[in-house]
Amino acid sequence: MTTKGTLVLGVIGADIHNIGITILAAALRAGGFKVVSLGILVSQEEFVKAAVETAADAILVSSLCGHGELDCPGLRDKCTEAGLGDIRLYAGGNLVVGKQDWAPVAAHFEAMGYDRAYPPGTSPQRVIDELSADFENARRAHP
Amino acid sequence: MPITLAVDFGSTYTKVVAIDCEAETLVGVAQSPTTVSEGVMLGLDRALARLEAACGVRRADISRRVASSSAAGGLRMVAIGLVPDLTAEAARRAALGAGAKVLRAFAYELSRRDIDELLRLAPDMILLCGGTDGGERKTIVRNAGALAAAKLRAPIVVAGNRAAQDEVEALLRDAGLDCTIVDNVLPELDQLNVEPARAAIRAIFMDRITQAKGLDRAEAFVGRIVMPTPMAVLEGARLLASGERDDGWGDLVVVDVGGATTDVHSIGSGAPSTPGLVPRGLPEPFAKRTVEGDLGIRVNAPTIVETAGMDRVLAEFGGRLAAADILARVQRLAIEVDRVPHDAVDHELDAVLASLAVDTALERHAGRVSTSYTPMGPVQLLHGKDLTATATVIGTGGVFAHGRDPQRILRAARYRAQSPTSLRPRDPTLLIDRRYLMFAAGLLAPFAPRAAVSVMRRHLTNAQELDHDD
Repeated sequence: MTTKGTLVLGVIGADIHNIGITILAAALRAGGFKVVSLGILVSQEEFVKAAVETAADAILVSSLCGHGELDCPGLRDKCTEAGLGDIRLYAGGNLVVGKQDWAPVAAHFEAMGYDRAYPPGTSPQRVIDELSADFENARRAHP
Repeated sequence: MPITLAVDFGSTYTKVVAIDCEAETLVGVAQSPTTVSEGVMLGLDRALARLEAACGVRRADISRRVASSSAAGGLRMVAIGLVPDLTAEAARRAALGAGAKVLRAFAYELSRRDIDELLRLAPDMILLCGGTDGGERKTIVRNAGALAAAKLRAPIVVAGNRAAQDEVEALLRDAGLDCTIVDNVLPELDQLNVEPARAAIRAIFMDRITQAKGLDRAEAFVGRIVMPTPMAVLEGARLLASGERDDGWGDLVVVDVGGATTDVHSIGSGAPSTPGLVPRGLPEPFAKRTVEGDLGIRVNAPTIVETAGMDRVLAEFGGRLAAADILARVQRLAIEVDRVPHDAVDHELDAVLASLAVDTALERHAGRVSTSYTPMGPVQLLHGKDLTATATVIGTGGVFAHGRDPQRILRAARYRAQSPTSLRPRDPTLLIDRRYLMFAAGLLAPFAPRAAVSVMRRHLTNAQELDHDD
């Protein structure tokens, strides 16, 4: 059972948009990852617990309702507290309200401890490529 | 006529149920107090003498015997997992489903103090889990190492991350421990797989635990004690739900009120009965057992009053008994644990305590709904099993077999408007096990399912018919 890595996916907070995450989960599975999808309305605690039990390499947080700035902060700290110090965190979706310039939004999410943040309309292939590259770099750094 | 005898060495009473499997009829039922210190055969002999007196069945008539046991403390287990809500909970559910008394569930890495606690608890068996398949493996390996170093003698069932099996097995075997490796209880986060662990627990219970408890002398007469009593009740419920051939009753709930605990068994997927309910949390076992260790109508009679509150107890009595009197009576019940009711007040107190135990136990067993407010509107979340559409609720245990008001007790299992978020059966048929048939049906299920089903169908009493009798 060799996979490119184990990913925990879910839609964070009081958010019930499940189409994007369903498409992304299917694409990531086809792209060679082991995907643990938690579905919608997922709390930060549920992401952390699932990542501990499955020894996940990354958590992919989806947020479509515009409340990303309320729902996403603190996940990095909880991961650190749970012993998941080197887990990778990714966020994507409609992370903020309205059409905002993406660079400051991405910087804001990186400051929250996310490795990457993706704007609306990102293709699944880009996510697959970047995850693969990130994991490959990590393996080279800590063989 | 060749008779099949189902025996249960219960914690308080030894019950014998005689069934003619060919004619598919119930021949007779008897019981006598379980005798542990003098050897369980004494109690069984007395129960058999009563059976003969009641229906003329002699030992020579009995061609087949099968037994369950919860005597000498029952099957005392400890469950170990990784995350409390995930593999530790999955392990706990598997052990409960196997009929065990779960003394404690440990999560994360076992500390020195945890090991001391384990040694003090001295469980009959340990269920060691942790990690989904291919998931986290360090913790289960560390915990196996800690168990190996502690030289615990209890058999260990390992049902954790497949990727760690070999290493865990080597650690435990090298330390000379008795270990059995089975499939993971939680192979994927959304897949609960309790059956392999249950089967392994049952096999070890049969092979080793009964001897250790001195029940092997009885086995010369009854043959192997094949399962713990609660597992027999759960199997009886499962048989009745599935039927012998497509004639099952479908989803059902069995509530078993005892002196120290109240068990609830539910058979069914527990899937949402209304659209729009979003299930949350660990998947639910199809055959689920929960045990309320604080609800029982003897040892735990005072705890029931504490949990329900004196106001509710007084209301149940309709003001006919004063609070001080009730307190004195429940405290006496906690000491005189084998007390049988003597007068009308004793009977009513039993009925009140049992109703409150059933009410609380169902509230805890059934799933509940919570509401989450989202920008798209409110969303209803389902935590646990939705039992609202469950068609049948069966009451079993001494207070249903001998009590004066079993229908009143069982009505407490239903949905209550005062507690609208608890998804209890809304309009079930209420059936009462007056003859201790649930365990017997579970014991007969593997070799005489037809006889077991037809006896249950005939002898589980509809609570409304009981109302008419009164």
